[in-house]
Amino acid sequence: MEETLKLIFPYVVVLIGVLLAFQGVLMIVAYTVLGERKVLGWIQGRVGPNRVGPWGILQPFADLLKFILKEDIVPNESSKVIYYLAPFIALTCALMPIVVYPFGPTITTIDWSFLPYGIAEGVHTLRLVIAQIDVGVLFVLSITSVGVYGIMLAGWSSNSKYSLMGGLRSSAQMISYELAMGASVIGVVMLAGSLDLTRIVQAQMGSPWYMRWFIIPQFIGFVVFLISAFAETNRVPFDLPEAETELVAGFHTEYSALKFALFFMAEYVNMFTVSMMATVLFLGGWYVPGLSHLFDVGSVPYALISIGAFVGKVIFFLFLYIWIRGTLPRFRFDQLMNFGWKFLLPLGLLNLIGTIIVVFFLNR
Amino acid sequence: MVSTALFFLFAGFAIMCAISMVYHKNPLYSAISLVGVFLSLACIYLTLAAPFIAIVQILVYAGAIMVLVVFVIMLLNLDDEPNTSRLKYLYALGGGLGIVLLAQTLFVVYAVSRTPNQAIDPNVTVGNTLDIGRAMYTDYLLPVEIVGVMLLMAIVGSVVLARRLSQPQLELVIDKEEERISEEINS
Amino acid sequence: MEPNLATYLGLSGILFTIGCVGVVFKRNALGMFMCIELMLNAVNLTFVAFSRYYADVHGQLFVFMVMSVAAAEAAVGLGIFIAFFRNRQSIDVDTASILKN
Repeated sequence: MEETLKLIFPYVVVLIGVLLAFQGVLMIVAYTVLGERKVLGWIQGRVGPNRVGPWGILQPFADLLKFILKEDIVPNESSKVIYYLAPFIALTCALMPIVVYPFGPTITTIDWSFLPYGIAEGVHTLRLVIAQIDVGVLFVLSITSVGVYGIMLAGWSSNSKYSLMGGLRSSAQMISYELAMGASVIGVVMLAGSLDLTRIVQAQMGSPWYMRWFIIPQFIGFVVFLISAFAETNRVPFDLPEAETELVAGFHTEYSALKFALFFMAEYVNMFTVSMMATVLFLGGWYVPGLSHLFDVGSVPYALISIGAFVGKVIFFLFLYIWIRGTLPRFRFDQLMNFGWKFLLPLGLLNLIGTIIVVFFLNR
Repeated sequence: MVSTALFFLFAGFAIMCAISMVYHKNPLYSAISLVGVFLSLACIYLTLAAPFIAIVQILVYAGAIMVLVVFVIMLLNLDDEPNTSRLKYLYALGGGLGIVLLAQTLFVVYAVSRTPNQAIDPNVTVGNTLDIGRAMYTDYLLPVEIVGVMLLMAIVGSVVLARRLSQPQLELVIDKEEERISEEINS
Repeated sequence: MEPNLATYLGLSGILFTIGCVGVVFKRNALGMFMCIELMLNAVNLTFVAFSRYYADVHGQLFVFMVMSVAAAEAAVGLGIFIAFFRNRQSIDVDTASILKN
């Protein structure tokens, strides 16, 4: 009995971690939607949703109830299997990258021996990351690039011209901007010397003060990453796959009720993961400069403040998304392609070459 | 134990997806099945302790090549392929080829399983990014350079192929509309 | 049953067979292209399996090269398919018979 428990305990811990992370992210996503409506309201001189609960804080649950209770309409001429598969691909691929992000420092001061049956005998460390894998950055990029299938298949299987146009635009846009994104990420990887996200955060902690956060040596890379991240997540000003003024609703025109809700959630989860990526790569992740002078490294308050800092940085990026949505108009499609291929990609490559030269002379 | 179960799960999935790829007449269904094969092969690479190759497999095959293929299928709006009656002999040829290859596979499996079992040392891993990068830029520097030149040639070639000889000037509807309106105002 | 080298080679052989049969059966240029990709992947699996069982990194490097070649092949091949479709309104390989007679 105890042997079995000891054997399966690590798996149970990982499973609980994954469930908690998904739950937390979905909650944050629900309130991002509410926050978006509120902030857009303020930008446009309106009030925003304020009827359900005080200041409208129960609005996400009302929305969810509405999504569940709406009629589920399926077009007759659609390819049924792919039509049902597409939203699940979109949401799964949006949620999967979450497991590799480190969201806090290692806690070393708690002795976990008090757990029953001695399943955690002599364990002192609690790593605040679910899966620390060797190729974290590549994992995130690859899962994001698989996520485009959700949109493309939704566009194709609906058997509607607006959906097809949305799917085509989306795939062209994703392929184009992925290159610029990769070029900007490699700059950070060169400086950190690792593809592991935890190591990238540690590399930023160990850097000299003038490049403590990689946003300072990699500012051009940061700008390129941010712009291509906006394009990857199909947000304004790059929301051509779902441009409502020209394509009705783009790839999800024919989707209704809960299947539409899955696409909707996938979009916001993508926003969230991309914000986490920007935080970890360029803003030092959970690392707050100077905090180790106030608290011991590895203690609980240090970890809590670090987690708070991480969430704060991510929320800053989410706010940036909403702010830009309230400010900028949409690109035209040829402008989008020209911008991606003729400006963003060369800029990212130039930044990469500069970084390579600097790293080469630093390591001599 | 877990990795054994995972291997057989993904191996079965890969074979099923491969068969469905050949079976389906619709190119899009074939493409989706092929993506399934690629993803399950990536998971099998993970059980073989090759995380870098696994991730690159997803990134290159599932994320780039197949996205392009699906894009082309959607762009050309391909339908199911028609049943051609004049190529009946190809089915016999293909069936014979398949039987020969399967027999060969069985022979290889038999021959390999008769040799003493190669034991894996679980502490030795060669699939990490560090190992691959070190081997790539020391022993294999020349092949990597050649591959780089080849990719450049592929880029140039595809640009030449995609370019039409007389490129029609893109005209936007909105420009014509503006012209019309200004003419109306003038007249 | 623990998977050993023979299991991996068997899986790879089955996938290669399916791909090879598919190339003969399919009349659609894109379908043939996809079957060739499947055959390349079956070969990659043997490389990774040998690399694991002989603890040698060179097999994985070869996989990397194969992937680069496949990417180049996809870029040029799809360009050819689109050019072909423009001329023939179909990518059935049987319609590519302009040089006959």
